[in-house]
Amino acid sequence: MTSAISISKLTVIRDGKVIVHEFDLEIESGKILGLLGPSGSGKTTIMRSVMGLQRLTKGAIRVFGTPAGHKSLRTRVSYSTQDASIYRDLTCSENIEYFRAMQGISSNSTGEILELVDLTNNRKQLAATLSGGERARLALATALVGKPEILILDEPTVGLDPLLRRDLWKLFHRFTSEGKTLLVSSHMMEEADHCDELVLLRGGAILAKGSPAQLRKKSGHENMNSLFISLVEKQ
Amino acid sequence: MNLNRVGASAKRVLLQLKHDPRSIALIILAPCLLMTILKFVYWSEPQVFQRVAGALLGVFPMLVMFLITSVATLRERTSGTLERILISPVTKFEFILGYAIAFGIASAIQAIFVTTFAIGPLGLGIKGSQGALIGIAILDALLGLSLGLFVSSFAKTEFQAIQFLPVILLPQLLLSGLLTPRDSMPRILAGISNFLPLSYAIDATKKTLFGQGSINGDIFTIVLFLFLLLGAGSLTLRRATH
Ligand SMILES: Nc1ncnc2c1ncn2[C@@H]1O[C@H](COP(=O)(O)OP(=O)(O)O)[C@@H](O)[C@H]1O
Ligand SMILES: [Mg+2]
Repeated sequence: MTSAISISKLTVIRDGKVIVHEFDLEIESGKILGLLGPSGSGKTTIMRSVMGLQRLTKGAIRVFGTPAGHKSLRTRVSYSTQDASIYRDLTCSENIEYFRAMQGISSNSTGEILELVDLTNNRKQLAATLSGGERARLALATALVGKPEILILDEPTVGLDPLLRRDLWKLFHRFTSEGKTLLVSSHMMEEADHCDELVLLRGGAILAKGSPAQLRKKSGHENMNSLFISLVEKQ
Repeated sequence: MNLNRVGASAKRVLLQLKHDPRSIALIILAPCLLMTILKFVYWSEPQVFQRVAGALLGVFPMLVMFLITSVATLRERTSGTLERILISPVTKFEFILGYAIAFGIASAIQAIFVTTFAIGPLGLGIKGSQGALIGIAILDALLGLSLGLFVSSFAKTEFQAIQFLPVILLPQLLLSGLLTPRDSMPRILAGISNFLPLSYAIDATKKTLFGQGSINGDIFTIVLFLFLLLGAGSLTLRRATH
């Protein structure tokens, strides 16, 4: 097995508060790993750490064997933030156009990228006037520019209608069939079954790890929400 | 350096301006309006108008670009777009250069309008060339840009960023020869003004208007300040946070 991302003993302390504690994780190439946990459990902090945007208190992160945040990773890893990091005073097309130019050679045209996130009809609309869900999709689209081998997506399916959510998961699986690796976070346990591997997170620490089937078997719970509750109560 | 990325950044900043026609109008019309007021204030004293208006021509580009840059970079920081760009292959230098080109173009347009309006309808006398005046205005604007970039890293909100305007620019205005010529100020103050970039922008502008002496020394000093301030500004574009 080759690890795309390998995290060992990641600890982040902010203002004396432990945000992430001794977090270990290996993500296999070509897989979707779901980082599931309630709001405040540390998902965004872990993703920022993998991008090299977060100073680590302790631990080490390697991406393709290189320290996280290294220059050579910038064309290989893409990231879409939870609170849409886009230019609100530019249109959707102009936003994508710009991020494509920043990333260098892209596999997709601006039109194709907007099509993937179903924003074709909004392409000339200013980002400031988009709805919350549309803005989240535009943020996701900015991570689809270039030719990333790893996509780190922070809550990409929040607030989307079920149809679109299904289409996005299809798209994510198409990516993994092309050999890409995805780290996707969500606070909704319902998203679990779309992932190959899961990490259930609470209070910055791992509750459980494994494939959805493994977790079900081990806990005896079919429903992911009750599975999560039973794990918390056992602690 | 990747010129594609520099060009794309400059184009992006200009597009943002284009979506904000009110700001464009303010950038061009506000200086013209202020010059007109000045003309009427000194209606009976044309020499004073000549001197003060000349100095004021050096103030606009720095003032306007300082404000625009500090708010624009602060927005990039708070909206997460700066971080988004710093994780892409773009270098800080390319990013800043993109801004410099875009705001350089904006200040050139401003300078063309303001100088033409002052020399024409307002009857401002000019011995040197208008082209030199516009060139000085562009350098002057870049000084404002680099100061704004640097200062925005000390602000957490746009509200705070605006508060830096009186702190950074007012002392320069008072000491740079806008009110009294620098050589008639007390020694200490004249000495301090030698360390303020705006002094050289105003000196160069006045020399061009009055046709007095070479501006090469002033230009050299301005460029030196620019490198120092841009260097300090680029250090404030950090990737990782605590
Ligand atoms: N700048 C900060 N200073 C102190 N605590 C913070 C800061 N940013 C986030 N936190 C805390 O870190 C914890 C984890 O946040 P985050 O990683 O955003 O979680 P999630 O993405 O799972 O919602 C939260 O409890 C949050 O309050
Ligand atoms: Mg989060």
